[in-house]
Amino acid sequence: MALIETQHLTKVYELGDSAVRALDDVSLTVAHGEFVAIMGPSGSGKSTFMNLIGCLDVPTGGQYLLDGMDVGDRGRDELAEIRNKKIGFVFQGFNLLPRTSAMENVELPLLYDACPPRERRQRAMEALKAMGLEGREQHHPNQLSGGQQQRVAIARALVNRAPLILADEPTGNLDTRSSVEIMELVVKLNQESGITIILVTHESDIAAFSRRIIKFRDGLVVSDEPVKQAERQVKDP
Amino acid sequence: MIGIPSTFKISLRALRVNKMRSALTMLGIIIGVGAVITMLAVGTGASERISEQMASIGSNLLIVMPGSSTSGGLRMGSGTQSTLTQDDAEAIARECPAVSDVAPTFNGAAQVVYGNQNWSTGITGTTPGVIPVRDWLLSSGRAFTDQDVRNATKVCLLGQTVADNLFGNADPIGQIIRIKKVPFTVIGVLAPKGQSDHGQDQDDTILVPLTTAQKKIFGTPFVGMVRAIAVKAKSAEQLAEAEVQINELLSQRHRISPRQDKDFTVRNLTQMMEAREQSTQVMGLLLAAIASVSLLVGGIGIMNIMLVSVTERTREIGIRMSVGAKTWDIRLQFIIEALTLSLIGGVVGIILGVSGSKILSALAGWATVVSPLSVLLSFSFSGLVGLFFGFYPAYKASLLNPIDALHYE
Repeated sequence: MALIETQHLTKVYELGDSAVRALDDVSLTVAHGEFVAIMGPSGSGKSTFMNLIGCLDVPTGGQYLLDGMDVGDRGRDELAEIRNKKIGFVFQGFNLLPRTSAMENVELPLLYDACPPRERRQRAMEALKAMGLEGREQHHPNQLSGGQQQRVAIARALVNRAPLILADEPTGNLDTRSSVEIMELVVKLNQESGITIILVTHESDIAAFSRRIIKFRDGLVVSDEPVKQAERQVKDP
Repeated sequence: MIGIPSTFKISLRALRVNKMRSALTMLGIIIGVGAVITMLAVGTGASERISEQMASIGSNLLIVMPGSSTSGGLRMGSGTQSTLTQDDAEAIARECPAVSDVAPTFNGAAQVVYGNQNWSTGITGTTPGVIPVRDWLLSSGRAFTDQDVRNATKVCLLGQTVADNLFGNADPIGQIIRIKKVPFTVIGVLAPKGQSDHGQDQDDTILVPLTTAQKKIFGTPFVGMVRAIAVKAKSAEQLAEAEVQINELLSQRHRISPRQDKDFTVRNLTQMMEAREQSTQVMGLLLAAIASVSLLVGGIGIMNIMLVSVTERTREIGIRMSVGAKTWDIRLQFIIEALTLSLIGGVVGIILGVSGSKILSALAGWATVVSPLSVLLSFSFSGLVGLFFGFYPAYKASLLNPIDALHYE
């Protein structure tokens, strides 16, 4: 069973008397453990696609099956529940809570899953350790570098053992060295833990870390190709 | 769903971020609650004061006074004719079943001398019935008897103030004092009663037998004249009946036809005092209601700041939603924030109100009583204000679109 399966997925916005087809009849499948990069110019529908896949929005047409479950017509709170259990987000701007420790930031999904405090702290610590941030649990975001902040964000995305991570330009605010560090971390997660990664980027060398590139244009998929071994940034083991 | 203790921590943290703003927001609630508590305390203190005074004057009391109630002014000048007699009093005692005791009185001012001390006070000539009627107690000695009244003996009972001024710490019992140059033997001292509701010192008085006052001290235009008759009803329930019975009896005795103005008036003191007590209470409540308005204004202040806070934290709300916060998780967070503001404001307001009441008592001399009920009510009310005015911002926050919220600058 695929992790993600969309059938004729469509999103139409009514703007005044004209309708904008942000996403037009997109059907594709992503299997467990895949590492997919999504590329395309602005207005291509890639953000819309990510919002729908991430259960932040509902389609106006078509079907979306996440882990075999139809999430097309779910209510706000049901979608929130699904996001909490199945999806981890990593954003370009990190999106950590300001004036809050790294530990509490990572705990956040567990907080909304009614996880008791001790277990919360323990699991958050494990996630932070896995990201190499041991010793920095009490630091606030303004005391961390960009790369460190993004690692906190990734720890947060992992803490509730989600099978899917959606990353929107995760290296957009990072320097080259940190970008590579983060991407290698993401590849490791994908290879060692089997977490499915879907990544949006406009940089081809970032996309080359993945194993499959889907290109969007005007709300449609215009290409869906595996990355040739030779072009890949990271070799498979 | 998120638990309440965790939410509370999050809310407290948010309020601490901008302490100044939180403090200013609470100010409305603080002032509102403080004002309500103080106003209620003033009202309660005033009405309790009246109750105390009511008790000291005597209960279930009626006063029969000469002159009709339409002729204005019930104060007796020394030359005013009265048509009430001692016989009227005895008739009332005899023939009105709802009456338990009567005390006809004849009073006037006089100079009293003992040794080289003198004192000017009011002399009240009356019958032994005055003791039960006016709830007098004796601190020493004995009261005069019906025998004393029959014989017009020259004996007297001193009020505490008179005893203090003439005798100091010495025992007045058995001593001879001169009332208007007439020698009287002191046979008893009355237990202190304090001030009346009109501010008069009830202990600045001397009681003598009615006939002695009529014949030996003041002299009367006609025999048996009294200036007033104090009547005690058997019980509070029979007070109204007693009033009716007295009116009928005296109208008959004075041969007053139904159409004529009566030449006497029966006053229900207890009723008057209760009316006063009630109106004082109402006044207190009214003041408190006005003070409540500022509590509401404080609530609006909370709502205002919470709305600003929600807007400022749009992105944070988006982040929380993206990791799985549900509608009520977000709502609860902001409701508890508003509630925390209003409850802390409430507590500070209560402290302020209690201190304010005490200061008011000390400075203005008003009696204030802070009842635990008023504290509880004010605290609950401030909580309700927080809940009510915090709900709309919390509701708005929970309806944000996570996608838009995440992109908010």
